[in-house]
Amino acid sequence: MKHIKQQFSIFSTNPDLVYIDNAATALVPDTVVKAIATYYTEYPANIHRGLYDISTKATRAYESSRKKVADFIGAKSDEIIFTSGTTFGCNMIAQSLKSRLTSVDNIVITRYEHHANLLPWQKIAQEIGCELRIIDIIKDGEDAYTLDMQSAQSCIDSNTKVVSIAYVSHVLGTITPVNDIIALAKTVGAISIVDAAQAVSHMPINVKDLDCDFLVFSGHKMYGPTGIGVVYGKKERLSSIEPYLLGGGMVKEVTDVSGIWKEAPEKFEAGTPPIASVIGLASAIDFIRGIGWENLQTHEKEITMYAHEKLKEVVDIIGPIDLEKRIGVFSFTILGIHPHDIAEVVNRDMVAIRAGHHCAIPLMTYLGVPGAARVSFAAYNTKEDIDILIGAIKKVKVLFTVK
Amino acid sequence: MDDILYKEYILELHRNPLHKKVVPNAQMEAKEVNTSCGDEISVQIYSNTQGVIEDIGHQGQGCAISQAAVSLLTDFCLGKSVREVVNITDEEMVTMLGIHISYARKNCALLGLKALQHAITNTTI
Ligand SMILES: Cc1ncc(COP(=O)(O)O)c(C=O)c1O
Repeated sequence: MKHIKQQFSIFSTNPDLVYIDNAATALVPDTVVKAIATYYTEYPANIHRGLYDISTKATRAYESSRKKVADFIGAKSDEIIFTSGTTFGCNMIAQSLKSRLTSVDNIVITRYEHHANLLPWQKIAQEIGCELRIIDIIKDGEDAYTLDMQSAQSCIDSNTKVVSIAYVSHVLGTITPVNDIIALAKTVGAISIVDAAQAVSHMPINVKDLDCDFLVFSGHKMYGPTGIGVVYGKKERLSSIEPYLLGGGMVKEVTDVSGIWKEAPEKFEAGTPPIASVIGLASAIDFIRGIGWENLQTHEKEITMYAHEKLKEVVDIIGPIDLEKRIGVFSFTILGIHPHDIAEVVNRDMVAIRAGHHCAIPLMTYLGVPGAARVSFAAYNTKEDIDILIGAIKKVKVLFTVK
Repeated sequence: MDDILYKEYILELHRNPLHKKVVPNAQMEAKEVNTSCGDEISVQIYSNTQGVIEDIGHQGQGCAISQAAVSLLTDFCLGKSVREVVNITDEEMVTMLGIHISYARKNCALLGLKALQHAITNTTI
């Protein structure tokens, strides 16, 4: 997989870069940059509007990107809505479902949600006066940091209207048993929403198999550009919710006093969308398909195993030990050394890692740590990257040792 | 050789911060949070009737930079007047710290100062 780095210009301009902050954003291969540039240089027109050639071309590229995204997750084209990212998607769905909730209902999330899938529900719970329930993680033992299914069973009851869960934790690396949670949601008739931001570039997703009502993700965590995200919604769900944004491109008929919405997906895409980024996202999917899920997963498993072996000797990992239950996202602490100081010192060896609360402050509070350092792997990472990381961590420890 | 950022005195202040304690009968107090990392520092001040700081302390956790900065800051403030220290500028704080601070670490260096200033301005003096 070493040749993968050759597909990213950043590694020719920065050959020593060890980029392992992929859970924050993944690097972009040259093919994606080229797809975006081609749009801007060859057919930079608006979509669904002009009758001239380059607008038609842009519209075609936009809609074929939608088809590509749909195929990528096993959906139909009219179930794919382009947004600006996971954050927008979570807010949009939450606001669209708000009118269905009353004070006797409850909303269920997990202990490890990103703020994007926590705050919108928190606010709605406050406004409606309903309960926000949190499925816990297992505290200790072999299954520590995995989702507690007993807790899930007690959270999800006949008053549960919404179950919104992260597919993979961006802090712990934990893979949620999404099928089981969605099945629980189904038995009580709750709407299920999956935040797949951290899953989408690491495992094949099929929304029909998952049978969730909604699924959201961002382009920039899957080798695509920033500013683009996807909301998948089951067709019948999309036709029964109101649009979150109103404006150009989403109405069939308008009078002085009212409008009639188009069908999904147009109904949810008011305004000029980020056309270039949509085209870039489709190109990112081509990049993933080019490697192939089997190769990608084999490689990432190998890297994850190697990183786990090496890291546990030098730091305290916060996350599942069972590699079947996690992906290659490792948060860690070193006793007596602040995460910021770790990140600062490893950066001197060109190792890019994340440090802080990772937009999951309640999880940090629960774990009893002010913050953590985090490394997260992608297709282009190598064992050599991990060796450099470990070397850099050793330097941090030497620097901070009491002399 | 001394590290350019983590100079020996910075590391020493990180291991053994100065004035890291609760101030009994403090009249001024404020907590500041670094939103990028979640670090918290609170500063407590006890001043006499002339407004001279007779006791000062800080609590909370932080990185080596923020802990060293708040240590040096509280040490500097002891015995000075409240009116004088409330006007310490960001630049003066960085100078006091004595190391080059990158854009990314600026909030770390200034966390204690922000808490100190809020402690004073929140109290009518
Ligand atoms: C699990 C999860 N959900 C949501 C988000 C927010 O994604 P975005 O910033 O692309 O909207 C992230 C990003 O870190 C994430 O990891």
